[in-house]
Amino acid sequence: MTRLAMAIDLASCVGCAACSIACKMENEVPLGVNRLWIRNTTVGTFPNLTVEHRPEQCLHCENPPCVPVCPTGCCFVRDDGIVDIDVKKCIGCSACIAACPYDARHMLPQGYVSKCDFCKHRVDEGRMPACVETCPTLCRTFGDLDDPNSPVSIAIREARRVDVLRPGLGTEPNLYYLNTPAAFGLVGETGGTL
Amino acid sequence: MALGGSAQAQLFPDGFPNPFRAPPGKWFTKDDVTTSYNYCEICFWKCGIQASVQGGKVRKVDGYESNPKSRGMLCPRGQGGVATTYDPDRLKKPLIRVEGSERGSGQYREASWDEAYDYIAEKMNQIKFEHGSESVAFFGHGTGDAWFASYLPGAWGSPNAAKPSVSLCTGPRETASQYTFGRGISGHEQIDWDETDYIVLIGHHIGEDTHNTQLQDFALALKRGAKLVVVDPRFSVAASKANDWLPIKPATDTALLLAWANVLVEEGLYDAEYVDKYTVGFEQLAAHVAQYTPEWAAEITEIPADTIRRIAREMAAHAPRAVLPVNRHTVWYGPDDMHRMRSLYIVNVLLGNYGMPGGYYFCDAPVVEAYPHPALPLSPASGGCGGGSTDVVTDSPFRPAADRGKFFGTATAVQELIEPMLTGEPYPIKGLFSYGVNLFHSIPMVERTKQALKELDLYVAIDILPMEHVMWADVILPESTYLERYDDLLLQAYKTPFISARFPAHPPLYDTRGAFDMAKQLGERLGLGEYFPWENVEEYLDRRLSSIGSSLEALKDQGTIVRRGRPYFADWERLNRNPIGTPSGKIEIYSERFAEAGLDPLPVFVPPIEGPSGMYRLLYGRSPVHTFARTHNNPILMEAHGENGVWISTSEAAGLGIRHNEYVYLENQDGVREGPVRAYVTERIRNDCVYLVHGFGHKTPLMRIANGRGASDNYLQTRYDLDPVSGGAGLRNNWVKLVKGAPDPQHPPVAWLAREGSRA
Repeated sequence: MTRLAMAIDLASCVGCAACSIACKMENEVPLGVNRLWIRNTTVGTFPNLTVEHRPEQCLHCENPPCVPVCPTGCCFVRDDGIVDIDVKKCIGCSACIAACPYDARHMLPQGYVSKCDFCKHRVDEGRMPACVETCPTLCRTFGDLDDPNSPVSIAIREARRVDVLRPGLGTEPNLYYLNTPAAFGLVGETGGTL
Repeated sequence: MALGGSAQAQLFPDGFPNPFRAPPGKWFTKDDVTTSYNYCEICFWKCGIQASVQGGKVRKVDGYESNPKSRGMLCPRGQGGVATTYDPDRLKKPLIRVEGSERGSGQYREASWDEAYDYIAEKMNQIKFEHGSESVAFFGHGTGDAWFASYLPGAWGSPNAAKPSVSLCTGPRETASQYTFGRGISGHEQIDWDETDYIVLIGHHIGEDTHNTQLQDFALALKRGAKLVVVDPRFSVAASKANDWLPIKPATDTALLLAWANVLVEEGLYDAEYVDKYTVGFEQLAAHVAQYTPEWAAEITEIPADTIRRIAREMAAHAPRAVLPVNRHTVWYGPDDMHRMRSLYIVNVLLGNYGMPGGYYFCDAPVVEAYPHPALPLSPASGGCGGGSTDVVTDSPFRPAADRGKFFGTATAVQELIEPMLTGEPYPIKGLFSYGVNLFHSIPMVERTKQALKELDLYVAIDILPMEHVMWADVILPESTYLERYDDLLLQAYKTPFISARFPAHPPLYDTRGAFDMAKQLGERLGLGEYFPWENVEEYLDRRLSSIGSSLEALKDQGTIVRRGRPYFADWERLNRNPIGTPSGKIEIYSERFAEAGLDPLPVFVPPIEGPSGMYRLLYGRSPVHTFARTHNNPILMEAHGENGVWISTSEAAGLGIRHNEYVYLENQDGVREGPVRAYVTERIRNDCVYLVHGFGHKTPLMRIANGRGASDNYLQTRYDLDPVSGGAGLRNNWVKLVKGAPDPQHPPVAWLAREGSRA
């Protein structure tokens, strides 16, 4: 089996948005919406501070809440784990947008839903997603979780700390955040101070 | 799989198109995708890129592996910069200011290239006849500045060629490097990131200035486990990655560096063997820094003496694989900028890291012969990021540059050429070329610049967009973008020096030309045709490349040619050569040449200029998605960062009753007002300063997206303090207060503006 996943090392990420803009160009994402965005949060008080630079995008959940709510079946999970959209079948009802707890989906002006698809057109050719390829801090790794030697498996194994967004929802995301700068984990998840 | 295929099939059977919309066919699904090599021009870093063209338009640019600058990766500006080529607000045709209209009133008529060139040549010759050729000044920035700030003024005979990248940016570090090591910094800061274990950044905003390669190296060094110390009044992005952040009082960095030198010397932690072998002047330094104790520095810098000692000891413990990297924008506070850079180099030298693995490496540009041409009558000292100019021709038949005598260094200071336009002293400057130099967003004292422009007989602007200063010119020459033109070869000094070429991805969209063609056409009209003997740019490039056994055709398939470097002392010593270019042949800790000129031969701390009470020192820096003031009409980059905010500490804001995100005005010590601008209330800055990202606050409706967003630091810089050694203009001695009551400007969404623009 193939289980595609991505890991983002927050110890390296500087929140520069190269990933977000590479995604925008690669996938012709129109102005006004994003498949991938950055959330920068300051934690602590002067001078004991840290900043979490956190890129966010579709998490390609194992249990994606967006898929069962789709009335036409246009939202589906590929065999390799990519949560995908068959735009030919999308009627633009927005049920999936409402169902996604991570706000990862958006409506395009053409009337169908879109989101990160791990650059499936590149993945299918054996290339890395555009965000992974361009990142100047090399904070992103991508690959098959079922292959212990894939870059993503190695990165997760070697990380000091591994988090996912809102684990309590049971969505089981395939987007992992490594080495959060705050000792308590991801900002806004469990709260806490330095 | 959640739903069975049959239910879907009934709604939209295979082959039956969804009645509401056609399935999208994105650029990468088409079969007419082609690629071409280029180097990025969105900033000065010039990463090697491959542009993918589909349907006559560049759809995507990517780095490529064999280019040492990009290594297959790109920063946000490189990725999104493509949109500038397709900006509907671009300059599309040569323009001539309507006869009789006032400069700055923005009344233009379209002209042919021939008419524009003839107009310029006639005026230039008139100025030459009345005042001499030196009375035409040339400002340049970008790849084409080789033509407009070096070659053409050299052929024409004007020493008044200058670049903001020197006296408004790198000047202090270049002069300091020339007089300490006999070498420049080279344009690519030669830090041996791959090998270093301990990094101390002094106001060096890695992560906010996304210099692609540097950011990669920095991230990899941290991943390897290198320790990081960041000295900055602001908790920068780099500081967020640091083991230690030292929130220093602004303008006191030299005191900290001298105290570190003190600890290294007093505690015997310096590399004695290295110092003995490679340097001169250590004894004088030891005597000189005895006074600069950590306790002395603690009072000045507001960093505890114990911390100063501890960091010095940690550096020494990791030496020579401990490094204090040189940053790029080094004009900070004026009088001691050059001393600060010398102090920084000297601490590195005491750690024994210059020319050693884990410290600074040596690099030189690869050699490719020039196209044969007659010797130029003059080589102007416009300098550049790539090293200070020490090549002033002393027996020149021309008058010296109009800034001579104001400071010690030799590279011409761009801001010092404004005054002669107004006063005529030491001689009048009556003509000006601005090639890609944003006169109102880089040179301090904007009102003075505007007054000076009114006094000129000729002002030519060469640019891509109708920036404010462009719309003051007599003649506007629209340039093709980097995706539409050939350019000269990029000869990059680097650990592995390399040669890159630029190939147009498609023909120019509008009636625009590249700097290469403009310089030749103008040169020929000025009677300087002999200096432009090449037929066209392809022939020029091919001839140059033939000198290294390559060709334009070969570069077309290759993009970059990488050479071997000689990064360390050991590499030079094997060849019995000395990389140090000083008169003594050693690293000059003590500078005889400074002593002879009556300057301090060892670095000294100059106490900072203090501002009026109740005002904050205005610091400025960079956004990761913008370059200077040139990317602020790019919809993709503006959507990522559409307006700047003024950073102010939480406690100060509370005292002023200012809420986060509230719009305020900024008013400086001379009553100049900027804004409305959002207050960014944060824990991440000291109480005695505020901070703005540079480049925002454009004031022209001709740039629909940029217009009126955020505040300009440059308009608030109504004074500057000259570094008497390098000629750099210290811009961080301006003070502002925050004024409540600014209205919300209610900026329309970038997407809406972009749509309106493309409809117009």
